[in-house]
Amino acid sequence: MLQRTIPIAILSLSGIILMLAYFSPLTTSWGETVLGWFNVLAAVAFVLGAGNLLRVNLERISAQRSGWAYSAITLVSFFAMLAFGLLKLGAVPSEKHPDKHFAGAYEGPTAPYGWMYEYVLSPLTATMFAMLAFYVASAAFRAFRAKNTESILLLGTAFIILIAQTAAGMFLTGWIPQDSVFAFLRFDSMKIAITEYIQTAGMRAITIGIALGVAATSLRLILGVDKSYLSKS
Amino acid sequence: MHEHNGSGSPSFLARLGGIDRRWIFLAMGLSIALPILLKLRFPEYPGPMAKATFDAIESVPEGSTVLVAFDYDPASAAELQPMANAMVHHCASRGHKIVFMALWPLGRQLADKAIEEVLLEFHPGLRYGTDYVQLGYQAGNEGVIKLMATNVPEQYKTDTKGTPLASLPLVAQIKSTADFALIASISAGYPGAKEWVQFAESANPEAFKLVCGSTGVQVSQLLPYYPKQLDGMLVAVKGAAEYEMLVEGKYPVEKNAERLGQGRVRMGPQLVAHMLMIGLIILGNIAMVAGRSRGGAR
Repeated sequence: MLQRTIPIAILSLSGIILMLAYFSPLTTSWGETVLGWFNVLAAVAFVLGAGNLLRVNLERISAQRSGWAYSAITLVSFFAMLAFGLLKLGAVPSEKHPDKHFAGAYEGPTAPYGWMYEYVLSPLTATMFAMLAFYVASAAFRAFRAKNTESILLLGTAFIILIAQTAAGMFLTGWIPQDSVFAFLRFDSMKIAITEYIQTAGMRAITIGIALGVAATSLRLILGVDKSYLSKS
Repeated sequence: MHEHNGSGSPSFLARLGGIDRRWIFLAMGLSIALPILLKLRFPEYPGPMAKATFDAIESVPEGSTVLVAFDYDPASAAELQPMANAMVHHCASRGHKIVFMALWPLGRQLADKAIEEVLLEFHPGLRYGTDYVQLGYQAGNEGVIKLMATNVPEQYKTDTKGTPLASLPLVAQIKSTADFALIASISAGYPGAKEWVQFAESANPEAFKLVCGSTGVQVSQLLPYYPKQLDGMLVAVKGAAEYEMLVEGKYPVEKNAERLGQGRVRMGPQLVAHMLMIGLIILGNIAMVAGRSRGGAR
């Protein structure tokens, strides 16, 4: 009974306080307290995330399931970074307190933590992101087909944006005077028309729809009607 | 499944449609590598969004305190760091005091990089605590923004070095986001520019100017807020290159200028890669049409 009542009460109270805090200056400090708790909980969520990471990967290693070696690498990397950061291994001694190990700086590339960030994490994440260009090119060649009216419209829009996002747009149509009746044929004008009128109109409709949905869901949670976030047990 | 000509061998177009994708990867690799190696540069013409961003920072009185949030990580740094560098240089050149922070765990390191490679390189006379402050990362996503909207010292009790905010002259008097003249979010997604609009701008409308830098993929989500809630917006590498032109035009630097021109450096590969993409799409469609017509003729 209490397992369900207490979480619902906390959620309802927090939600009501935050709503009141938005409209009434008298309750601003209450809202700040609730937000302080929220941010502490968000930080604690990292610990839960780390626990889950350990559980999932240890299970995979233990069962020797496919890809267990990747799990081992994940855990080794996790513990290495944790040790470098928490214990400040190899930290550069502080100028003010050279005798105090934990006063040292560990973010610079001369310390293991900073070195791992600068020379391992940064290049790896950037590489993963950059590889998208190759797969997008391959997918565009194989899948971007003008099969019907909708796909022709999509292709036309893609061509305009692809060209307008480079110097080619100005090179090809930049000579058309901006105040002439043919200015709409300039790639930069077409891009602005697509983004400001078509794209923005569509996104506004979606955004308003999402906002109404969020408001309705929040009210259901605050009023205790929706309890789906609680554990079934 | 190849189409065959009358002699039984696959037609050229049929072979084109079934091309090994490794050739496409090679073409894409070359289209990116060659412009970098050949240092291809193309002229950029600042668009209305880049001009609006530049004007927003210019319109704030000299010496104002501005907040720059690094809401991205190294995965998006290639796209966003050039505009972040140009913005930091612009704010410092204009005489603004800069407060750095991050909503993404690895954003703090990218802010440190901008401080080291741009702020201290081109503005060596600036002093920590009075001209700039690094607040770093705090967990909580939009909760951080929401609390800062009413109480910055409650959210950030110290800077990244552990110094209490009250001891730093630049931020000692800052109570809420309304005390900043301008807020800039360089953003790669959630939490980022959208949350700054929803939780900071909406809490204090008109109290400060809000500009953002955005990756290309998330710009659709931000367009509805421009130009009403967002006073300026830099979109992807193109936006960075246009903004760099404006900043360099007014605040040129004498040495290491390439650090403030990385957006324009990236526009070379972007041009060639985009042209390759268009070429590939056209070729793919030609192969499809040729395949259909041959199939229909039989």
